[in-house]
Amino acid sequence: MLENEANPTLSKSTGLPRKRFYRARAHSNPLSDSHFPIPISPHHVDYFLHYPQFFPSSDQTDGSKKIQFADIGCGFGGLLISLATLFPETLMIGMELRDKVTEYVKERILALRTANPGQYQNVSVVRTNSMKYIPNYFEKGQLSKMFFLFPDPHFKEKNHRRRVISRFLLDEYAYVLQVGGIIYTITDVEELGEWMKTCLQDHPMFEALTSEELEVDPVVKLLSSATEEGQKVARNGGQTFQAVYRRIAPSL
Amino acid sequence: MEDAPTELGDSNKDTEVAPALIAVHPSQDSVATAVGSDLRVFDFRQNCAVSLKDDSSEGSLHRDSIRAVRYGAHGKLLVSAGDDKLVKVWSTLSWRCITTVCSEKRVSAVAISDDGSYVCFADKFGVVWIVDLDTPDGQVVEFSPDGKYILSADRDFKIRVTVFPKNPLDGAHEIQSFCLGHTEFVSCIAFLCTPEYPQGFLVSGSGDSTVRMWDIISGSLLDTCEVGEKAGLLGSNGREAECYSAVTDLCTSSDGSLVAVAVQRQVPENFLLHPFFPCQVVPIRGGTFIPTSLQMCSSTGLLWMITGVSNLRGSEYPSLARVRVISGLKKSNSDSNEREPNVMDDNDIPGGAKLLEKLQGSLSYSEEVFLAAAEAVKTAMSNLLIKKQYSSEKREFRKRTRNDKKIKH
Ligand SMILES: C[S@@+](CC[C@H](N)C(=O)[O-])C[C@H]1O[C@@H](n2cnc3c(N)ncnc32)[C@H](O)[C@@H]1O
Repeated sequence: MLENEANPTLSKSTGLPRKRFYRARAHSNPLSDSHFPIPISPHHVDYFLHYPQFFPSSDQTDGSKKIQFADIGCGFGGLLISLATLFPETLMIGMELRDKVTEYVKERILALRTANPGQYQNVSVVRTNSMKYIPNYFEKGQLSKMFFLFPDPHFKEKNHRRRVISRFLLDEYAYVLQVGGIIYTITDVEELGEWMKTCLQDHPMFEALTSEELEVDPVVKLLSSATEEGQKVARNGGQTFQAVYRRIAPSL
Repeated sequence: MEDAPTELGDSNKDTEVAPALIAVHPSQDSVATAVGSDLRVFDFRQNCAVSLKDDSSEGSLHRDSIRAVRYGAHGKLLVSAGDDKLVKVWSTLSWRCITTVCSEKRVSAVAISDDGSYVCFADKFGVVWIVDLDTPDGQVVEFSPDGKYILSADRDFKIRVTVFPKNPLDGAHEIQSFCLGHTEFVSCIAFLCTPEYPQGFLVSGSGDSTVRMWDIISGSLLDTCEVGEKAGLLGSNGREAECYSAVTDLCTSSDGSLVAVAVQRQVPENFLLHPFFPCQVVPIRGGTFIPTSLQMCSSTGLLWMITGVSNLRGSEYPSLARVRVISGLKKSNSDSNEREPNVMDDNDIPGGAKLLEKLQGSLSYSEEVFLAAAEAVKTAMSNLLIKKQYSSEKREFRKRTRNDKKIKH
């Protein structure tokens, strides 16, 4: 607690980082150039740094255990925090463009690790532009789940190419997802919901989950409730639109 | 502010000079050069300059800088494309434009499938489009030698290997691999095929002054050649190469025995060399010559090179080009590895003065004009090769004016 006195960005009562110290611009342009480090290839991702408990020394990162879930545009990280305890043995990472928001999530995870020994060791976050660098982080078929929760809508037609779901980006997502892997999307913007659904529907390497499958998937319930954005929408009684699709092998 | 980075590219457009390009027919029936919006062809069969005919509805030649030109379909077609967002396919028999495809964006690279039925092009955002030439409409770098994959490179250092689709008009969605290892923009790719390995290895050149070799199926990096370093050390008598030297273009010989690489140096010496093999540096004497484009003819073994730019401000020659040819790159006989590369005299080049007059637009230029052009080529190449970066001051300014930073202090 003494430490928290010294660090005003951590809340005194909970020990967790306080969001107001990590406010950032509402929107970043994801197509602008980056000034953050990018791993040259998935082999260069520093697992030791992200998951020290799973990889006690840097030379034990032999590639036996890999990241399987990716939360794209994770924002303040609410979904990852929920998933961490639901899938304690699965490595997962959030990808976020805004540096302050990424810092916040980092602090949040570290604080949770300290407060709950042995837990939250499987979750981490990285500052990156997911529209450009997904293949630098994940190998072909590495991921089993990808999340796109309340992405920025980019309403203007000329900005549609900034959307994190597009025909072209779906090619990359299909590449990093294993066959059977699932892509989860949700939004409160009807037009964007339609857009994401159409992109997925038209793509030869994705098929919709049936309503029975959606029913039994424990993750689906988290889509609208686990993230900060989702909670805001729920508080305001907003409607949400989700599209959940499975990666399939392309037909021959 | 938000839009600045993406718009930067467009507003720079007027001042962006276009490097001259060269393409050689696989049997050296003809040679084409592109200087600015001007596409120039010399036909060796008729031994004369060609005037291209375009009776399509657009009814015009290119209206803006050409960024890509090459032969395809075993030399039956020539394709050109560029900043006017038009991809034009020319018959090399009639020299008529047989198809014009409109792209949504400016086009940076183009290729034609061996059977001549598809043209594949990449726009400046790295999106790859495929157009069926038989039914032009709809949507498109390099095909793998077996035609099963399309290779495309973008500004983010990666090379994407896409499976050529069963039904190309539905788009190419299945990614086979990414070749990851370059640390700067990939400037050129080509296949190196040998009789033992006909499916070929991919070789790529980059602004990071390396040439790398890849297995495209797995995307694994097989070899890296620091060509900048080699050219630097070998060229300037062990003096440190103080600046980075980008690879501007490369090409391979059809028997897979040679990769020719054009390297841009800050010091006025220029070289061609073969990585992965006993390295050989060929200095090009007679003025400052930074090849902007290279092509090796599979039948004659001649290496054709061009340097030049268009949109040159404040010069009496707003666009200029210089064509040079290297001979002696083919092994003299199969059991010797000896090569005697030689930069040919203008008079000895096939087609001679007549060809140079057509392709260069003029027979000769003075040395001063060339020095100016060399500067422009450097600028053009670094604009192409280097990722558009903010200057460090601008970046600092951006940081200082960011709201999220302000709160902290
Ligand atoms: C509206 S927020 C939603 C955050 C979170 N998923 C939630 O539901 O609360 C969208 C987030 O995506 C991030 N983002 C936008 N484009 C991105 C990109 N290209 N790469 C990574 N993150 C991106 C934004 O910075 C922002 O934090």
